[in-house]
Amino acid sequence: MKRTNAPEDGFQPYTGTAILLHWLLALLLLGSFCVGAYMADLKLSPERIRLFNYHKWAGITILLLSALRLAWRLTHRPPPEPATLKARDIVIALWTHRLLYVLFFAVPIAGWAYSSASGFPVVWFGKIPLPDLVARDKGLADILVEVHGTLAWTLGALVVLHAAAAIKHQLFDKDLVLARMLPAGARARILARREARR
Amino acid sequence: MSRFAAKVAAACSLLAAGLVLGGPALAAQLVPAESRIGFVSRQMGVPVEGSFRRFDADIDFDPAKPGKGHFAIRVDTSSVDLPTRDAIEEVAKPGWFDAARFPRATFESTAVRAAGTDRYEVDGTLTVRGQARPVVVPVQLTRSPGRAVAEGEFTVRRLAFSIGAGEWADTSLVADEVLVRFRLVLSGRPF
Repeated sequence: MKRTNAPEDGFQPYTGTAILLHWLLALLLLGSFCVGAYMADLKLSPERIRLFNYHKWAGITILLLSALRLAWRLTHRPPPEPATLKARDIVIALWTHRLLYVLFFAVPIAGWAYSSASGFPVVWFGKIPLPDLVARDKGLADILVEVHGTLAWTLGALVVLHAAAAIKHQLFDKDLVLARMLPAGARARILARREARR
Repeated sequence: MSRFAAKVAAACSLLAAGLVLGGPALAAQLVPAESRIGFVSRQMGVPVEGSFRRFDADIDFDPAKPGKGHFAIRVDTSSVDLPTRDAIEEVAKPGWFDAARFPRATFESTAVRAAGTDRYEVDGTLTVRGQARPVVVPVQLTRSPGRAVAEGEFTVRRLAFSIGAGEWADTSLVADEVLVRFRLVLSGRPF
């Protein structure tokens, strides 16, 4: 008898929590990156102050959600890679994911340290003051802003690589790599279409 | 010199010292290099620390007669220090301190009251951007021979002095309340 809900043998999606955290962080990272790139060269204005604060609040939120996500990832085995994947691709994906996780922490921490060094501490949502990571130091701030920016652009490049790989798997390899990370509804539609084509 | 002459000389010097000590309150000298007048302003909840790099003071104060004390402080409004160059340039503009039109902000005491051991409350007038407002400044004095440190903090409402006008008037962006913190090192008698 044919199963209707798991048409592909061995197919297993990520957990709902992993999927939720993935897409929530994807939105936050994309938003923070764009705001960060836009605000960096703005002249001092109310807009600049507002955007800097929103960016800092988002960064701390990303840091916390990433810690939650890492804890989840370490305690929940991700679904196995499809058998069709090449060993080389599995290694590339593994190291891309590892580097992404490192940057999920490194980028916000560098930004937080930059805020501390430059004399504008982080007050999360304007309510919760966070401790300074480093002492006030103009020279250090100048270095940290470069470190934060360079790491953010590196993260941006890796996200592009990561998304391009997902699209390649979906459109060209026509496997279920992306489906594993899609919300249940979208995943069900993909599986139903494949089932219909069989 | 006779013993009598010596006694006269001693008596005269004692008298002179007594006149000086018992006389009107004496001016204390500000030690600018060790003194600080700073402030903390809040931007969307973020405390941003600033200070004035140039200021001077005329202070007549005798801890034995606080009621006769007088404090006059002058701050150079073009000498603001803030964490970034942008911010330093911004606050000198007409919407803020308007340093070109109002180069000085002043505090002048009108009454001094003792409020505990080496604690005083100083009533005075704070004038910024030409606008005078009454303030009460608590002062804690720490004395050592020939030297005193006067410290304290008080809150002012920036909008009462029209500091930060137009697009900056929004207090959800820059809070109305600004904490002023001072540490004035004074030298000379009668400390």
